[in-house]
Amino acid sequence: MSKDKMQSQAVQTTGHAWDGDLQEYNNPLPRWWVWTFYATIVFAVLYWIWFPAWPVAKSFTPGVGKITYVDAKGVTKTTGWNTRADLMRDMNELTAIQKPFFDKVAAQPYATIAKDPELNNFIASAGKQLFADNCATCHQAGGQGKIGFFPNLADDDWLYGGSYEKIQETLMAGRRGYMPPFGEALATEQIDQLAHYVLSLSGEKMDTAKADAGKALFHSETAGCFYCHGDDARGRQVIGAPNLTDKIWLWANVPGETAQEKKLAAVQNVIKHGLNKGVMPAWGQRLKPEQIKVLTVYVHELGGGK
Amino acid sequence: MQAGIEEQSALYQKRIPIFQRSIHGSFRRFKWAVLALAYSVFFGMVWLPWPRGTEPAQALLLDIAARKFYIFDFVFYPQDLILLSVLLFIAATLLFFVTSLVGRAFCGYFCFQTLWTDFFVWIEHLIQGERPARIRLYKQPWNSEKLLKLGATHLIWIVAAFWTAFTFTAYFTYAPQLFVDFFTGQAHPTAYLTVAILTASTYVAAGLAREQICTYMCPYARFQSVMYDQETLAVAYDEKRGEGKLGRAALRTGMKTLAERHAQQHGDCIDCTLCVQVCPVGIDIRNGLQYSCISCGLCIDACNSIMRSVGFPPGLIRYDSEVNLKQAQPAKPKLHWKRLKVLGYGAALLVMASFLMVNIASRSDFDQTVNQVRSPLYVLLSDGSIRNRYEVRITNRSSHDEIYRIGVRGIPEAAADFGNFHEVTVKSGKSLMVQVSVKLTPEQAAKVSQFEFTLTPRSRPSEQHLGQARFYAKDVL
Repeated sequence: MSKDKMQSQAVQTTGHAWDGDLQEYNNPLPRWWVWTFYATIVFAVLYWIWFPAWPVAKSFTPGVGKITYVDAKGVTKTTGWNTRADLMRDMNELTAIQKPFFDKVAAQPYATIAKDPELNNFIASAGKQLFADNCATCHQAGGQGKIGFFPNLADDDWLYGGSYEKIQETLMAGRRGYMPPFGEALATEQIDQLAHYVLSLSGEKMDTAKADAGKALFHSETAGCFYCHGDDARGRQVIGAPNLTDKIWLWANVPGETAQEKKLAAVQNVIKHGLNKGVMPAWGQRLKPEQIKVLTVYVHELGGGK
Repeated sequence: MQAGIEEQSALYQKRIPIFQRSIHGSFRRFKWAVLALAYSVFFGMVWLPWPRGTEPAQALLLDIAARKFYIFDFVFYPQDLILLSVLLFIAATLLFFVTSLVGRAFCGYFCFQTLWTDFFVWIEHLIQGERPARIRLYKQPWNSEKLLKLGATHLIWIVAAFWTAFTFTAYFTYAPQLFVDFFTGQAHPTAYLTVAILTASTYVAAGLAREQICTYMCPYARFQSVMYDQETLAVAYDEKRGEGKLGRAALRTGMKTLAERHAQQHGDCIDCTLCVQVCPVGIDIRNGLQYSCISCGLCIDACNSIMRSVGFPPGLIRYDSEVNLKQAQPAKPKLHWKRLKVLGYGAALLVMASFLMVNIASRSDFDQTVNQVRSPLYVLLSDGSIRNRYEVRITNRSSHDEIYRIGVRGIPEAAADFGNFHEVTVKSGKSLMVQVSVKLTPEQAAKVSQFEFTLTPRSRPSEQHLGQARFYAKDVL
């Protein structure tokens, strides 16, 4: 229709009339609009054919589209199109991209890995992912842990040793930290003296007389603290007994308290009730050896290693 | 028809075909020169070899897959995005600057839509002949002549569009390789798709839609009009001179000389309509400044040629400003550049252009970015000292592998632990992240809030880069 014709014409009516004068305009949709609409219908039909679409009784039409992927157990599967399989296929691609790096990690000793800058870049990112998926629930996103619950992995204090081999061992087999309760074996006064001594070891404020008494108690057969924590109170990594002389607190939240009584109470509480919750699960069965290795290097780097 | 039913105007305007007459003149010559220059750069540069060692030897290569833009001896990385922003700012300001001085010069002479349309019209003219021949061909019923001529025109258009599309695509991958792969069916599907889409869009835009792109689609065309002032030089018809008191009049007996015409109070315009025939957007400039006008100057060429042939002075249609045309005796048109707006655009242009040049000239071929690890921000160590960790990313933009030495300034060297990577090799064109931990005693930490990482290429110790870093210990002190 030419411009002149369009502009000079009034809107047509459908020709119907109701009540004598009620009429209906005939404003047809633009043709491009109508064809686009038809195209969407064709698209919808193709969509039904290709993808799962219609509910049928307790099932649905599966569609003719197929997806082939490798599942977590390494079995190749082909199923009708679904989002879960689509995700698996995407994850397969990611695995394929990461594989050469993981292979390299698996094949080399820690000493060699530590000197390879590219591999360290890979571990910094892949390790972060693995750590976030498996470790961060307890040890927190940056490995900073939580006093009284989970050890800090980002500091330089290693309960069971900070060498690659020891970290790997911890990851593979897990750990179980245990301290017996002394609430029944020792008098309240003795526990108080020990608490003062423990505070003195870390340079906290305390009563010197009580701390001296506590020191004697520490090295005596009565309390027997030195058996695990060592004569110098520096702990023993073989059994995971923590170093009491450093500034780092594992169970008693001394840095978190400001009042002296509360600091004392926190330490007394640990001595009195002991601890039986320092459980690190074993990951040897759950993660692949190369993933353990990546995590080992990652955690080693977090804490600066030993 | 019913009373009270409103008139409707159509939302769709069917294209009224334009048969542009060719014309000779200074503006036409200028347009051909711009076209020749633009085409030799666009179609030629993609084949310009530029040896770069192991890197692709193409002078201008925008390698999106590798995220590297090669421009002669420069290689740009995504980190250089700021340069692109500056470049876009310069382009925008240049457009504002030029437009407020001489109107839509970009549209008329430099826009690729104008260039390609000009080229396509030239092909049309070559095959179908001058305007009257093309009109005749358009009106005549389909026969072998019409089929042959129109077919040939469209075929050549498609070939030209294809080569345009191919050339464009070749800027994004190594061109000689693409050439071989493309015609042996081995190129990436993306290449075929890109070429197909661009061939279609070039053919449609330059062959079929033409001035409709400028009139209806282009946003630049519309917003350039807000940059016009009364002082802006624009293609204008001198209405006073052309119309006189009684309007334009054809050249007929008794109206042949200026003296005769002026005596009868008629203007200088002889209403030959040549200015309309040569217009690529199909407007009549004598109706005044219009949004469709792309200011290509062809009507000036047309009018001047007629004025000369009838012995009248040229310049009935000319570049002139609104203020000048309003005067009783218009002065010679001149560039009004002493305006605050123009000077402001000019200053902005100058500042940003110098920034870009200084930035590019002082570019070094390596870079470092320092990121502090924020989770946790700091760690208290067993001896009471505080550790912060940093990720130092080194980018080597040079064409060779380089050994870089990382150091610190502002804190004792011994406080920083670089692991095994105090010195590290970064491959050409790659970047590498090095984890550094810095350990300060509370006394040291109290004095230091900021320090610098230094990065020195081993082969050029004089070139050292500094990267700012903060040491966080506030919570513990």
